[in-house]
Parts: sequence; C-alpha cells; structure tokens
Amino acid sequence: MSRSWRLALFILGASGIAILFFLALRTVPSSNGLGDRYAQQINSRTFPERNITDAVTAVNFDYRGFDTVGEEFILFVSVLGSLLLLRMAEERKEKLLIDAAEPWRDVGPSDATRLWILSMIAPKVVFGMYIITHGQLTPGGGFQGGIVLASAALILYLGENFAVFRNVLSRALIEALEAAGAGGFLLIGMLSWFWGRPFLTDILPLGKAHELTSGGTIALISMATGLEVSAGFILLLYAFLQENLLPSGEK
Amino acid sequence: MQLPASHAVLDFSGYAVAVWLFLIGLYGIVSSRHLVHLCLSLTVVQASTYVLLVIIGYRPGLPAPVFTDGVQPGSPAVDPIVQALMLTDIVVEATVVALLLAITVRIHHSAGTADPKEVDMMRG
Repeated sequence: MSRSWRLALFILGASGIAILFFLALRTVPSSNGLGDRYAQQINSRTFPERNITDAVTAVNFDYRGFDTVGEEFILFVSVLGSLLLLRMAEERKEKLLIDAAEPWRDVGPSDATRLWILSMIAPKVVFGMYIITHGQLTPGGGFQGGIVLASAALILYLGENFAVFRNVLSRALIEALEAAGAGGFLLIGMLSWFWGRPFLTDILPLGKAHELTSGGTIALISMATGLEVSAGFILLLYAFLQENLLPSGEK
Repeated sequence: MQLPASHAVLDFSGYAVAVWLFLIGLYGIVSSRHLVHLCLSLTVVQASTYVLLVIIGYRPGLPAPVFTDGVQPGSPAVDPIVQALMLTDIVVEATVVALLLAITVRIHHSAGTADPKEVDMMRG
C-alpha cells in the first residue's frame, strides 16, 4: 500500500474516532459520579485496615496485588526477551568488549564532568532506597524507587565507560537480584498459605502507623518490586550498551 | 452536585488531550519511515491512556490519596486505583519499549534497513 493511500485511510478512521469522541463526550458523567464509590471505599479503608497512609501503594501491593503480580511478570518477560534478542556469542563478545574498552578510556568526559556525575551516584542510591522503603507512608514504592536506583547505574556509565560499568556491576549478580525480586514477590504472597489464607493476604503485624514498619507485607512486597525493577533496568542497560560496542562494520 | 463551569472545561480538556495524543501517535505509526520512530509513536499513543486515566480519577478540589500532612485518614480524595494502574504501567511500558527496540536492532541487523516499508517481514 502506498503512503498516500495509507494516509487517506488513516484520515478516514481518525475523523471517525474524533466524531464518535465528541458524541460520547456529551454523555460523560461529571467527575463526581464516575466510579466514585470504589475509590472512596479504598480511601476510607486504607488507614483503618492496613495502617498505612498511601492509598496508591495499598492498591498496588495489597488490594489489587494480584494485578501487580501480572504487571511484574510482563516486566520480567520483556526484560528477558530483550536480553535474548540482543545476546551474542560469548567469545565474540569478550573480544569486542576488550577492543572497544581501550580507546574509550582516553576520550571519556573531562575530570570536572566525571567528578560531578560520580558524586551524584551516592545521593541517587540513597534517594532510590528512600523512595522504595517509604512507599507505604508517602508517594513512592518499588516501581518508582527501582527506576531511581537503575538511573544511578546509568550515570555510572555516563561518568565512566562500559568497562567500569561492567566491573562495578557484576552481571551474574544483577541477574540473580532480578530473579530474587520477581520470586520474592510471589514467595511473600504465598506466605499467607501457612495460615490457610488466600494468596497475598496481609498476614504480618501491621505495625505502628506513620512508621517505616507499618503495613505488614506491603513494605516487603514494595522492596521486592524495587529490587526487580532496578535489576531489570540495569540488565536492559547492559544489553543495549553491549550492542553499542559492535563495530559498525561487523553486522 | 452542579459543577462550576471552569471544572467542566477542565474535564473536557483532559479527554480532548487524551484523544489528541491517541490520534497524533497513531498518525506517527501510520506515516512512520523508521522503526525507532514507530516505537516512540507507540509511546505517545500509550501516553493518551495515562491522561485518560488521570482525568477519570480526578475529583475537583480533593487532595491526593496520601493521608499525611493535614489530609485526614479516611477523608475523600482523588481516585487511587487509576493512579496505581498508571504508575505500574509507566514502568512496565518502558521495558516493553526496550523489547521493541531490541527487535528493531535485530531487524536492522538482518534486513539492513529500519524502514517498515522496506523490511520484508515474511523472509525467513
């Protein structure tokens, strides 16, 4: 199909969607009525039932925790797929890494840039851990904090090079951590089976409100998720940075 | 409850932005000449679902569903469910885009081009 035909078909479909949208908009209920009952049930129950102050985290890791298991494994499988697609023969990879690492050492960022970038790593790691562990109290949790932690690994690469990145972050360790994060979520969920309760029931003591220990399993699941998300993104960085090392002539 | 007119405008603009993002992203996919551009257009389409969910969960005048700093526990707040759906989806979407980009890299290696029109998908 030629581009102009495709465009014409698109304009036909898009104008149809636009017309249907404006027709539908006339019947949209005002934002006070739409599905409000479920939302306010969660809002009013989170604190008395789970002793935690962030309703979003309660939905994520408890009330709809089963959905989050599904989401987690979409993440897990897409990381796995990316790694599979970007894998290379081991011996060829080793050779490329050694070849490619050497000339980069001299043309890296200036010392001033390196100093500033590398001095950001420790605050980023602390901030990521803070976001992960305080998910039940303030906005945050495993997903958000995991990304912050992974970005600490990215700026390590920006400040140094792939050789340093590879030496600091052992790939085998990161892979193990990702699996531990994904499996940890399931294991914490299965903990409730020992008490004869359904999967992902919050059976641990709920702790004191407004403190780090509140919420029982919610905090633990948040940490497992943070582990999986950060390790998963670091593995993606690994795969793509390695791909980047392929000399352009060899494809 | 009758809403003030300003809220009605705000509601409407939210839905309109969602539809606009959806259509402009779809246009990007349809007219794409490069697979990386196609993946990024897909993220624009996906961004429309975020805007849609935010506007569905929005409650005029109510605070965020975090019951600290003066927000009484149990008091009404913005819908926490759509926010939870969104924040997981943003993170998961990033890995799915990474998967698509990995596929793009593979296609570029085997076909020598990243133009969706030039790539012969059926070749073994």
